[in-house]
Amino acid sequence: MFKWRSDDFSWVDFTIDVLRVLIVLGVVVGAWNTLSSGRISFAQWVNLFAAGLSQGSIYALIALGYTLVYGILLMINFAHGEVFMAGAFSTVFLAEALNRTGFLNEQPVLAILLMIAFAGLVSMSVAILLERIAYRPLRGSPRLVPLITAIGASFFLQYTFRGLYGSGFKAYPGVKALQGVIQIGGISIPVVQVFVFCAALLLMLCLYWLVERTRVGKAMRAVSENKEVARLMGIDIDWVIMFTFGVGGFLAGSAGVINGLFRPQGVNFYMGFIPGIKAFTAAVLGGIGNIPGAMLGGLFLGVIEAIGPNLVLAGLGIPGANQLKDVIAFTMLVLVLIFRPQGILGERLSETKA
Amino acid sequence: MGLLEVNDIHTYYGNIHALKGISFEVDSGEIIALIGSNGAGKTTTLRTISGLMEPREGQVIYDGEDISSARADTLVSRGISMVPEGRGVFAKLTVEENLDMGAYARRDSGIKDDLKGMYGLFPRLQERRRQLAGTLSGGEQQMLAIARALMAQPRLLLLDEPSMGLAPVLVDGVFDTIQRIASEGVTILLVEQNAHMALQVADRGYVLQSGEVAISDTAENLQQNETVQKTYLGID
Repeated sequence: MFKWRSDDFSWVDFTIDVLRVLIVLGVVVGAWNTLSSGRISFAQWVNLFAAGLSQGSIYALIALGYTLVYGILLMINFAHGEVFMAGAFSTVFLAEALNRTGFLNEQPVLAILLMIAFAGLVSMSVAILLERIAYRPLRGSPRLVPLITAIGASFFLQYTFRGLYGSGFKAYPGVKALQGVIQIGGISIPVVQVFVFCAALLLMLCLYWLVERTRVGKAMRAVSENKEVARLMGIDIDWVIMFTFGVGGFLAGSAGVINGLFRPQGVNFYMGFIPGIKAFTAAVLGGIGNIPGAMLGGLFLGVIEAIGPNLVLAGLGIPGANQLKDVIAFTMLVLVLIFRPQGILGERLSETKA
Repeated sequence: MGLLEVNDIHTYYGNIHALKGISFEVDSGEIIALIGSNGAGKTTTLRTISGLMEPREGQVIYDGEDISSARADTLVSRGISMVPEGRGVFAKLTVEENLDMGAYARRDSGIKDDLKGMYGLFPRLQERRRQLAGTLSGGEQQMLAIARALMAQPRLLLLDEPSMGLAPVLVDGVFDTIQRIASEGVTILLVEQNAHMALQVADRGYVLQSGEVAISDTAENLQQNETVQKTYLGID
C-alpha cells in the first residue's frame, strides 16, 4: 500500500495515499461522532437503509442498461437517462387515465403491470431507434464519436419530449394499495418501498434468466465476447445488438414507472438526467459490463446515499447533510475511478477493453 | 460439379491487395489443403469464402450460387461452417453453451442427439461440459472449436490452422479427427502451415504465394514436388 520509499518516491502515489488516509479518517471520525451522540435511533437507521435500498434498486434497473450496452459495444450510451425519462413521462398520462376511471385503485396489480409494460415498450422503442439511427451508422468509428453523438441524442430526446408533453412538472397519481406501512418489531417500513424493491428484484431475476438460460441470452454473451466468431455461428450481430438496447430500454422504462410510484413528483422532460448519471455511477461502481455488478452497484449507491450524509457528514458537523446526497454519490464515482477503476466485481480491464 | 468454386478473387485489407486473383475448386467429399507461408493469403481466402470479407473482384460460387457478397451469418444455415484461426472458443461460456452456439442457426429437433454424438466423438468435452471454455487446454479448445463447427451440420467445413500451437501428439489427434469427419461425407477445406500433415490427409492441394496460387496438384504429387519439399516440407 505505502510504496513511497526514498528511491521510488512519486508525488502521485503520495497524494493518493494521503487521500486514502484522509478519507478513512473522515469516515471513522464522522461515524464515531454520529453514533456516540445517539442522535439517530436504530429504527431510524433501518428506515434510512430501507429507503436507500428502494432508491438503489431503481438505480440498478437503469444501470443494467448502461452495462448491457457497454458489455456488447464497449460504448457508454449517455442518452440512457432519456430512455428512462421517455417511459416515465409517457406513462404519466396512462396512469392519470387509469386513475380517472378508477381502475388504478380497483385493480392495482393489473394496472401497475399495464403501466410497466407500456413504459417498457415506449423506452424500448426509443432505445432501439436510438441505436438504429444514431449509433449503428457510427459503429467502427473512433470511440469518442458515438460518445459525442450520445450527448447530442440526449438533448434531442429531452427537447422532443418537451415538445410533445410540455415543460411543466407532472405527478403520478397515488395508489391506495401502496400507502401505509408494514410494522416489523417496532420498525415501520412504507409498503411502497417494499413494492419498489420486490418489483425491481423480480425484473432483475428475469434479466438474469434471459441472459444465462435462453438462446438469445447466450448469443448476447457470445457477441460481447467475440463478434467475428459469433457471426461464424450464424448469429446476426446487428439483431443481437438491437435486442440488447431493447432489453436495456425495457428495464429503464419499468424503472420509470417504479420510480414514479416511489416518488410521484417531479416527472418532466429533464427528469432523466440525474438518475441517468447516478445509474452510470452505479454501473461503474459495480464494474461496467458486469451484470451482477450493476445490480450490486445500484443497491450499494442507494444505501450509501441514504446513510452516508447522516452517518459521516453530519458527524463531521457539516450543516444540511441531507442535502448533500449527490455529493456522496459523485464522490463515490471519483473515488472508484481513482482507487478501483474496474469496480467492485469487475476484472482488470485488458488493453482492448480499456 | 464442384461444391465450391472460387473464381479469380481479389480481396483487400484497406489498400493492401491481399488476394491477387485466386481460383480453385473443391468437389463434394474432398479434403483440400491450402498451404503456404505466413502472409501468403491462406486465412484471407477462408475469410472471403466464409463471408467475413467481401472480394472486390471475382466470385465465390457455392452449390451453384454466387455467395461473394453474402454475410457470414447467413452462410451457416446454407452449410458453410468455419473453425477460425486461434480456435475462437467463447472463453466465458461453458463447453456446452459453446456447442449450443454452434447449432444457433438450426431450428430442427435433432440438436440434442447431435450434442450426444459430439460427446461420443470427444469424450473429454463431455467430462468438462459445465466448465468455462477458457479453462480448457489448447488441445481441448481445438476439439471444442471443431465440435462446435460440426454442430451446425456443415456440408463444407473450413479449418484455419487447426494444428497451430498444439503439441505434436495432439496434432496427430486433430488430423485423425479431420479424416474421420471427412469419412462421414463432410467436405473439408484446410489451411495449414504444417504442410507435411496437411498433405498426408488431403486429396489435393494448392500452394499459395503472395496472394496467388503458385502450384496446384494432387496431394501425392505435391509431396514429391521439389519446390514444395524444399520450401514447405523442409526436405533438401
